[in-house]
Amino acid sequence: MLVIENLHANVGDKPILKGLSLIVNAGEVHAIMGPNGAGKSTLAHVLAGREGYTVTQGTATFDGKDLLDLEPHERAAAGLFLGFQYPVEIPGVSNLLFLRTALNAQRRLRGEPEISGADFMKKVRTESAVLGLDMEMLKRGVNVGFSGGEKKRNEAFQLGMLEPKLALLDETDSGLDIDALRIVSEGINRFRSPERAVLLITHYQRLLDHVRPDYVHVLADGRIVETGGPDLALRLEAQGYEGIAA
Amino acid sequence: MTSETETLRNPQASAAIDELSTYKWGFATDIEQDFAPKGLNEDTVRFISAKKNEPEWMLEWRLKAYRIWLTLPTPEWAKLKIPPIDYQDAYYFAAPKAKPTLASLDELDPEIRRTYEKLGIPIEEQKVLAGVEGARRVAVDAVFDSVSVATTFREELKRAGVIFLSISEAMREYPDLVRKHLGSVVPVRDNYFACLNAAVFSDGTFVYVPKGVRCPMELSTYFRINAENTGQFERTLIIAEEGAYVSYLEGCTAPMRDENQLHAAVVELIAETDAEIKYSTVQNWYPGDKDGKGGIYNFVTKRALCRGARSKVSWTQVETGSAITWKYPSCVLAGEDSVGEFYSVAVTNNYQQADTGTKMIHLGKGTTSTIISKGISAGRSDNSYRGLVRIGPSAEGARNFTQCDSLLIGDKSGAHTIPYIEVKNPSAIIEHEATTSKISEDQKFYAMSRGLNSEDAVALIVNGFCKEVLQQLPMEFAVEAQKLLGISLEGSVG
Ligand SMILES: Nc1ncnc2c1ncn2[C@@H]1O[C@H](COP(=O)(O)OP(=O)(O)OP(=O)(O)O)[C@@H](O)[C@H]1O
Ligand SMILES: [Mg+2]
Repeated sequence: MLVIENLHANVGDKPILKGLSLIVNAGEVHAIMGPNGAGKSTLAHVLAGREGYTVTQGTATFDGKDLLDLEPHERAAAGLFLGFQYPVEIPGVSNLLFLRTALNAQRRLRGEPEISGADFMKKVRTESAVLGLDMEMLKRGVNVGFSGGEKKRNEAFQLGMLEPKLALLDETDSGLDIDALRIVSEGINRFRSPERAVLLITHYQRLLDHVRPDYVHVLADGRIVETGGPDLALRLEAQGYEGIAA
Repeated sequence: MTSETETLRNPQASAAIDELSTYKWGFATDIEQDFAPKGLNEDTVRFISAKKNEPEWMLEWRLKAYRIWLTLPTPEWAKLKIPPIDYQDAYYFAAPKAKPTLASLDELDPEIRRTYEKLGIPIEEQKVLAGVEGARRVAVDAVFDSVSVATTFREELKRAGVIFLSISEAMREYPDLVRKHLGSVVPVRDNYFACLNAAVFSDGTFVYVPKGVRCPMELSTYFRINAENTGQFERTLIIAEEGAYVSYLEGCTAPMRDENQLHAAVVELIAETDAEIKYSTVQNWYPGDKDGKGGIYNFVTKRALCRGARSKVSWTQVETGSAITWKYPSCVLAGEDSVGEFYSVAVTNNYQQADTGTKMIHLGKGTTSTIISKGISAGRSDNSYRGLVRIGPSAEGARNFTQCDSLLIGDKSGAHTIPYIEVKNPSAIIEHEATTSKISEDQKFYAMSRGLNSEDAVALIVNGFCKEVLQQLPMEFAVEAQKLLGISLEGSVG
């Protein structure tokens, strides 16, 4: 589904990704861990197409398409979702309007009909109930006045609403209380399917207790330096990144 | 007392209006236009009056205005850069029959054409708006149904007792009403353009809502299908008697071409005790091309007199068009506990200039006013909010809340907030908030990562920014106005 080969990318003039390769197949869950500043969010932003992130070398394809050639919204329509480490506030635009506009924009790009108001609301009710977001919050401006944890739950809600093929979740577990962590994990597990894949960026084993990954990677200094199974995360939890070759 | 102020029973209000007449914010004039010379003199004024079969008093009124106009200095002010206007080089009544029409829509500025398409305007209507040769007749056929709808509206209004006519018709059918109120809120000598308007206004709208009547429909509905006579010098007069309510919407979201470069309208509103008038405007006159060529100059004088106790006037405006916009819809709050509101979105792009705001003149006890202004500047445009809040000595317990937010797009545009506050009663409470922000890359990327293209992302963020104002608009216009904001800003974001 996602094939990244020897990816080099700069933020401004500064090289951050330095030859990163990764293959994610449909049905798989990959966890990416790594020290602060290693380039995890940078990878997520490069994959989602953020301006100011320049790929200097290497390739990334999504379902065989050259991902790097697409605009951010085209990547979204192709089925890529980025759960932000720091979700953004958009005052005056309700969460519901935002999502409906986004969902319909994606559908239009894919040549699908727009979703009806009734179907949309039905979906909203199901997904928001799962994540414990009430209607009053969803009528507020996008993330406006949301607590840190509520913002993350809102990212998970958007994931459920937009139903992408590949979810890149950048520290969606950070800032969540114990119950919310369980709830969001359930959301991710519900999302898992043989047709979909998940790339979890996280610092903590506790998320991986709930969402069992197929692979765990360590990203350090702009490269994947080690790959293993779920036990790698446990080892990191115990030993830290000291022993990992950078 | 002069005839144009004799209807003001409240001497304070009359003094306030007189004082407003000495405008503080002006601009320069003296123009060049490429029209065949026509010019302005007393004969022009007589001609207009005769053409419209006006009563003698009306002609006198116009002539007086004309003579005053001759003595007024050409205004010079504001942040506007205005090329000189030559008033002798313009037409003041129906431009010659040989209007510069297009042979087909293919000759239309492709930008405008695209906008029409984005707004979903049917081809035949596009032709009318663009002034394509022979378009009118076809369009009349196409809107035949609407004409009969209009008649139904007219009957329904009549049953309610609401008078809704062109001002020329009203002058003939209700001369006393018109004579009593015309020029009572915006006196002839108010300012250079209002004075010019008084001398040469071609037509406009008259609304009278009698005591205790709630106008049974948004007058917008009617207006929109009859929008064809939006002229160069319009004159609107709306009177809501005790306990009456009316909501009126002028304008059109479609960018309209007009061979007249100068537009100088006058709008007067009068609200009696417990009456309420909502006046909404969507203005999208041709703003000129990307390089700042062409475009309408829009100099409007709009003023409301809240004469009765607890009367209320709300101005809501969405200004996206015109090369130059100069307007300050104002409220003279004379009645006790009367309420004035001003909700404004002004968008400028490319080389557009807008200098707009409001004046809230508090005279009565317990009067309150609210000002919410959202200025959005993109391209190389300049956008100024200019507002006056004045609390008179007898306005015990008056309150004003002002919020001015500016949004900058790109780094070549300008936003200015110029509040004037004058308080002559110490019990007044005045709050003023102002912010300036930019559309952040974070917001734009967030929206794009969810599937919106760059333009839609910006439009969505801008609509959020303007929400408090847009939600004041009648429902169906709010939706159009939202689309319009997006279109106006197209190409302005990287
Ligand atoms: N706009 C920028 N300009 C310069 N350097 C930047 C910019 N954005 C990020 N960086 C740098 O790029 C490096 C990688 O940042 P990134 O956000 O990808 O790290 P991360 O692995 O996600 O870290 P964390 O675990 O703290 O979230 C950091 O050193 C950061 O300071
Ligand atoms: Mg990060």
